[in-house]
Amino acid sequence: MLRVLNLNSGYGKLKVLKGVSLHVNPSEIVTIIGGNGSGKSTLLRTVAGIIRRQEGTILFNGRDISAEQPEKIVAAGCSLVPEGRMIFGTMTVRENLMLGAYARIRGGRHPDMEAELDAAYRIFPRLREREGQLAGTLSGGEQQMLAIGRALMAKPKLIMLDEPSMGLAPIIMKIIFEEIRKLRDAGNTILLVEQNARAALGIADRGYVIETGQMFLEGTAEELLNNNDVQRAYLGKDYKSISE
Amino acid sequence: MIFNARYETMPRDELEQLQIERLQSTLNRVYRNVAFYKSLFDEKGIDIENIKNIGDIARLPFTTKEDLRRSYPYNMFAVPLRDIVRIHSTTGRTGRPIAIGYTRNDIHSWSEQVARVLAAAGVTENDFAQIAFDYTMFTGGFGIHYGAELLGASVIPSSQSSNIQRQIRIMKDYKTTVLLSTPGYALRIAGNLKEMGIHPDELNLKTGIFGAEPWGEATRARIEDQLHLSAYNIYGVNEMMGPGVSGECSLKSGLHINEDHYIVEIVDPKGGKPLRPGEEGELVITTITREGFPLIRYRTGDRTSLLEGACACGRSTLRMQRVASRTDDMVVINGINIFPAQIGEVLKKTTSFEPDFQIVIDNHDGEDLMEIKVAVLDNMFDDEVRKLLLLKNGIEAGIERELGTPAKITFVEQETLHTTAGGAIKPVVDNR
Repeated sequence: MLRVLNLNSGYGKLKVLKGVSLHVNPSEIVTIIGGNGSGKSTLLRTVAGIIRRQEGTILFNGRDISAEQPEKIVAAGCSLVPEGRMIFGTMTVRENLMLGAYARIRGGRHPDMEAELDAAYRIFPRLREREGQLAGTLSGGEQQMLAIGRALMAKPKLIMLDEPSMGLAPIIMKIIFEEIRKLRDAGNTILLVEQNARAALGIADRGYVIETGQMFLEGTAEELLNNNDVQRAYLGKDYKSISE
Repeated sequence: MIFNARYETMPRDELEQLQIERLQSTLNRVYRNVAFYKSLFDEKGIDIENIKNIGDIARLPFTTKEDLRRSYPYNMFAVPLRDIVRIHSTTGRTGRPIAIGYTRNDIHSWSEQVARVLAAAGVTENDFAQIAFDYTMFTGGFGIHYGAELLGASVIPSSQSSNIQRQIRIMKDYKTTVLLSTPGYALRIAGNLKEMGIHPDELNLKTGIFGAEPWGEATRARIEDQLHLSAYNIYGVNEMMGPGVSGECSLKSGLHINEDHYIVEIVDPKGGKPLRPGEEGELVITTITREGFPLIRYRTGDRTSLLEGACACGRSTLRMQRVASRTDDMVVINGINIFPAQIGEVLKKTTSFEPDFQIVIDNHDGEDLMEIKVAVLDNMFDDEVRKLLLLKNGIEAGIERELGTPAKITFVEQETLHTTAGGAIKPVVDNR
């Protein structure tokens, strides 16, 4: 579904991604794990077209989207749930969700959104309960649900999630990750960037380890969980005995 | 049966994407973790970012057996030693040995590679697999063992015991259906069957999987005829973990390579220039999933060629021809690797001359016999028969001591040695 080859990207003269290649197959959760500043978010933002890539190709369902505008990429079926949720706090939950379908407006003709709204509400019943409430008054977990629900309104083929666990209590995070897994089970394809490697590998099918803008490992979630470097750097394995 | 259809039948374009991803991360890891590769890449001005497709692999330098010997035991390992859960090694008979380290993930992926090869030869969980490869520092026994277990077969770890009759009794009593060994050992089993008066049909063998020495179609026919089984070829390299690099499917037209774990190339053994599919040359392998002991463009010394195109079995992977010979003229005699240069050394030491010679190998009832024909030089030998005999005995003793296997020495006239079309003396005449 997504195929990235030799991607170079960054901010001005600052090169963040140095020859990154990865792929995502239909109906799988692929996670990118890596530390702060390793280039995880830059990768998602580049695929989404928010940052222009400097070199390399990004194929989405066989089509090169590496020079496309972000809205075209969303329209093609590739949606980003950004880090920090980026919801509109002074708008209602329902209005935020409807914004997610913006890319599907064609020549002034609005799509019928009731079906998608209903689908989003079925996945996150909490959003239906809070339909008329201002998004800014939601809890962190509810805001994350809203951000994912908003992405679903675009009827994406690929959902890219940037740090969905950020700022969430562990119990809430668990619920969000369970919902992400359910989205995959329902046939959605997910590219998940996460600092919480244990949680991400817990639901992912495959993963990549990115460090200083370069890929260092690729494998099934199980292989990465068994990799000693991953255990030391991202799962805190060696410190377990001290803290427990 | 196809053990892992996802990878073994993967469309070529997807496989290539997977290979380049894994190659790039392997390069990043070896550059960071292995001092040898860091200095080698720096010295050759290799920028990993310039390796953008599989073809670019030709820009990378080779890794040789000598490099690995120099790094003995642990300098080529890419992970801290506490992450290593197993160590195998080469014999070191021809120089310093090579230590091969495996992480837990390596053991798992090795097992899977072997399981695929066994499944391709038709082995299933209903089989009794008797593993008559050596269970030692050598990779053969344990490599096959773990793969057969992963496949779910009932594994009989009989090892390459010198007590062949006991091996046969196990085979008979346990109703072994699959024999795994070197082809030479299979022939020795066949020879002993005759001696014991056991007809092959009294056994339950249906499949034989043989490897670890070069063998040809003539040997396959002999083994199949004498043991009443279908014989398959398995290929591996100690330095690549061991058996499991490739193996034959039921069509027996080349060995399917586990390409999601290895990138293979064929190069000219002289200059190292890449050769095209179909052209025979030296097999060069790059590991792309290995954690403990990753190798970039390793020169295996094995001569083969690659077969492109789909196989009727449904696998999309490249196939290689059986390995018939070595670029360094290494021969395997009764499981022992022998290089002509070693024999040259012994001759030099015992005769104080450097006579031309030729190794002639035959097989009688499963036993490899080595004869070394030494060309007589003027002034080299004494007319006295007694002294000549002493010299012959001295060479024979030296060979057995240095090589670990006996050889018959015959003195011949220079002209009787077989030569190549170019007029050079063939170092080895293999009649097996």
